Amino acid sequence: MPEAPLAIETEGLVKTFGDTRAVDGIDLAVPAGSVYGVLGPNGAGKTTMIRMLATLIRPTEGSARVLGHDVVREADAVRARVSLTGQFASVDEELTGKENLVLLARLLGFSHQSATERADELLDAFGLTDAADRDVKNYSGGMRRRLDIAASIVVTPDLLFLDEPTTGLDPRSRNQVWEIIRVLVASGTTVLLTTQYLDEADQLADRIAIIDHGRMIAEGTPGELKASVGAGALHVRLHDPEQRPAAQQLLTKVLAAPVTLESDPSALSSCTNDNERIAAALTELTRAGIQVNEFALGQPSLDEVFLALTGHPAEDDAADEATDDNAKEKVA
Amino acid sequence: MSTTTVPTTTNGSGNGAEPTISESTLRAALSTRTRPPRPSAVSASVTFGWRALLKIKHVPMQLFDVTMFPIMFTLMFTYLFGGALAGSPREYLQGLLPGILVMTVTMITVYTGMAINTDITKGVFDRFKSLPIWRPAVLVGMLLADAARYTMASLVVILLGIALGFRPDGGPVGVVAAVALILVFSFALSWVWTAMGITMQTPESVMQTSMMLLFPLTFASNVFVDPETMPGWLQGFVNNNPLTHLTTASRGLMHGNVDSVELMWVFGWSAALIAVFGPLTMKLYKAER
Repeated sequence: MPEAPLAIETEGLVKTFGDTRAVDGIDLAVPAGSVYGVLGPNGAGKTTMIRMLATLIRPTEGSARVLGHDVVREADAVRARVSLTGQFASVDEELTGKENLVLLARLLGFSHQSATERADELLDAFGLTDAADRDVKNYSGGMRRRLDIAASIVVTPDLLFLDEPTTGLDPRSRNQVWEIIRVLVASGTTVLLTTQYLDEADQLADRIAIIDHGRMIAEGTPGELKASVGAGALHVRLHDPEQRPAAQQLLTKVLAAPVTLESDPSALSSCTNDNERIAAALTELTRAGIQVNEFALGQPSLDEVFLALTGHPAEDDAADEATDDNAKEKVA
Repeated sequence: MSTTTVPTTTNGSGNGAEPTISESTLRAALSTRTRPPRPSAVSASVTFGWRALLKIKHVPMQLFDVTMFPIMFTLMFTYLFGGALAGSPREYLQGLLPGILVMTVTMITVYTGMAINTDITKGVFDRFKSLPIWRPAVLVGMLLADAARYTMASLVVILLGIALGFRPDGGPVGVVAAVALILVFSFALSWVWTAMGITMQTPESVMQTSMMLLFPLTFASNVFVDPETMPGWLQGFVNNNPLTHLTTASRGLMHGNVDSVELMWVFGWSAALIAVFGPLTMKLYKAER
């Protein structure tokens, strides 16, 4: 375990909604000053966990300490030092970007004048000055997300929760958000972010927890996790889909690793990092007269990581998704 | 051995519509670490009130219900019932207008519950809840802004009434006192709808349920007709209906002959509604959704 003081520490954290165990006994230890990634598919319990840590909902069982304060007994002390950027933009659509920031600054205790100054400063820093007086409902996804993060750092928090900060963003906006997160962490803020994308966690996080069905199935640095699933994945796309069975047979033999058929009828993939065998595989394919359009080494996708760690693919069925959705719904 | 694209952390080489983010400005913007002292309960509530007023500014259609409803109600009931019930619309209006005012404003209160219901399903409430502020401020602020809407509706009804021949014997002071009384009661009644707005699933169900409660309360009252013409069992309900007390007290204030017992009833009901539904709303608000 790392020696840095812990920003978040949970023990046996559980949250149930009716019969659903959305979070099912999670022990988390997030070192201060780092980016901690929580990776998992829809409905894994990521949002529910963040909502408990940000004092929005109470744990059913177990305990959580955030920056040394208990999330139930000392909720106000936690609230005074953390910020939350929810999965669904937590800004007011009917107000302008500037009004949103002034509103939050006022609620944090700024005077009217310093609230306005702070709002202008943030709009400038986040490249939103031109859009300051437009209603947020007319913002693009990336602008909205930036405003959302700006709203979270009106007073720079010691700990920032980011719930799927880049879901649905185009690559350019995503890079901007990543850049903001890097600067934030460099300035001393601890960031806990959830994501569905392995490469995002890999890019940003110092440590990653992989969550599935409310349980933590793996935890470690990106390097450790990748090593545990077999560092790389080989992706092959054939010119002729008809040749796929032959290619699968051949690759399985040469790579000495299971080869999966992708949903794309001409694509196959395999989790392996044996460079010698991979090189041989290309030669063998060519020799067998199988024309290859793409032969790429990459990181395993989240699906492949899940498959490797759990033995089942990352499900994304309706019942699963309902878990996180229910967390947002009212329990009447 | 990875083909994943590593994003280049650009520092000001933007082209196209979206401006790039400069790392140095960002760093400077992140240097605000000291929190000002947390705002007082009043200040936080007023800020939320300001938020609600801004929304009216951005979506002026919201004012439709506080202007058109009162005009429709006043015109319709004055001319529909006036001749039959009091000999002439003008005669009828003297007693009807305070009642219409009560009816209009209480009817508008249901929008409070709807607004909260709509608001609460959006992410922005999560942020408010994660702030270290006086927790009822969100709701109190909304209700404060609603008071502004109620005042506007009252103004519309009274001006229209005066144009139609309403002559209050209590003078401007009496009228202002009556409006103030109605605002107090409406503020109290709103907590019923906020509790519902937080609990119920959709704005529509909030609307339907509250209308189902309000219709009998407004019509089975002394707003339109003298309860003495009603059957005994109904009189029992009408005479104990809080809206009857509010109407009687408002009539008294406007015409300068208020019965202090009626005022006590109104204040009593208001205090009771707040005492029950205020804490209940807050309990529901704090509970997870």
